[in-house]
Amino acid sequence: MTHDDTPGDRRGFLKCMAWAGTGALFTVSGGLASSIGLDQAVAAPAKAQGFTFLQISDSHVGFNKPANPDAKATYQEAVSKILSLPQKPDFILHTGDITQLSKDQEFDDADQIIKQVGLPVFHVPGEHDMLDEGAGKAYLDRFGKETKGAGWYSFDHKGVHFVALINVVNLKAGGMGSLGADQLEWLEKDLSGRPSSQPIVVFAHIPLWTVYADWGWGTDDAAQALSYLKRFGSVTVLNGHIHQITQKVEGNIAFHTARSTAFPQPVGGQGPSPGPLKVPTEQLRSMLGITTATFVRGREPIALVDQTLAT
Amino acid sequence: MSKTLKAGAAALALGLATLTGAGVSFPALAQAPAAASAAVKIDNFVFGPQALTVTVGTTVTWINQDDIPHTVVADDRHTFKSRVLDTDERFSFTFTKPGEYGYFCSLHPHMTGKVIVKAG
Repeated sequence: MTHDDTPGDRRGFLKCMAWAGTGALFTVSGGLASSIGLDQAVAAPAKAQGFTFLQISDSHVGFNKPANPDAKATYQEAVSKILSLPQKPDFILHTGDITQLSKDQEFDDADQIIKQVGLPVFHVPGEHDMLDEGAGKAYLDRFGKETKGAGWYSFDHKGVHFVALINVVNLKAGGMGSLGADQLEWLEKDLSGRPSSQPIVVFAHIPLWTVYADWGWGTDDAAQALSYLKRFGSVTVLNGHIHQITQKVEGNIAFHTARSTAFPQPVGGQGPSPGPLKVPTEQLRSMLGITTATFVRGREPIALVDQTLAT
Repeated sequence: MSKTLKAGAAALALGLATLTGAGVSFPALAQAPAAASAAVKIDNFVFGPQALTVTVGTTVTWINQDDIPHTVVADDRHTFKSRVLDTDERFSFTFTKPGEYGYFCSLHPHMTGKVIVKAG
């Protein structure tokens, strides 16, 4: 099968992927992506054109350590947030680390929670989703249908091209995230022939730019991938992994990382390790949940509003 | 030097006897310790000690003390390879040949370590 799946196939695929959480609410209008926080979304009038979608990330269902004794509960809270939206997004992107340890029970629990949203969900795995004996088989059995290689794929939605990249497999000693030659080759082909005016959204678990190398917060061969994206007028790169919002705009490419729904992590280098950041219980929900992103509209950044589980 | 001390302390805390070097005061133990062992702590996304020197026949045990799972995988990916280690879980490997064995965490590959195995 080629990457240009028929819309029917892709739709079927979407339905298979019953998944969601809470995150940033994206509005795509007139070919340029923008984003608003969910608080704003609640107040905003429905767009006459365009569509919205959500990003959620790092639900870590199964995590029960001091930083958050019940990641399942906070994931449920995130889903409740989504359900309260007056304007339903078209679909949800989950940027990985669905589970803590890739256990069947964790995948099942996560599934039960996200099902409530009733929206298609697109996935990419995080490294926590590759921990089963089959090194990712559990994830691929559930979410990898109609994907290529380690699980990468692309699809179009109302004129926007979405690309799901996998950068959590075959990692090399001393390195960071990795896409690998096969996936890069596929990406180049996937993008070739597309008009530069088509908006592109790329999503992957580990950031596709180096946020903090000492903690491995980057992707070794991301530059190659970004070189294929440079000619496009509007590129949005959505990642998770680091459990906090970071943003960067480089030319026409806007980078954004989402908050986790499970636990926060320290700012790169500001702590002994990238492990879970323990905060007072009453503070936790203010560091989880909904994220906002910087996007490029022409050359101007768009204002951002955050939504957390605390609000 | 502090790394060596830290490793020793870790081994003691775990009740694992580090026999190398103990022979002078304990002659009985100096005779070809059959089950020498050493420990590497995984703490704050760091293998400690990062470089561990042992003699052939030593069993090295890695203990994950983080709230996040890690793995222990030889650089060549097959000499030794742990399953995923959740908090407080351990992985052991007995080194039977001299050499330098680089390893890393396959989930967080910036975490690297080395075991230097010397002939007994």
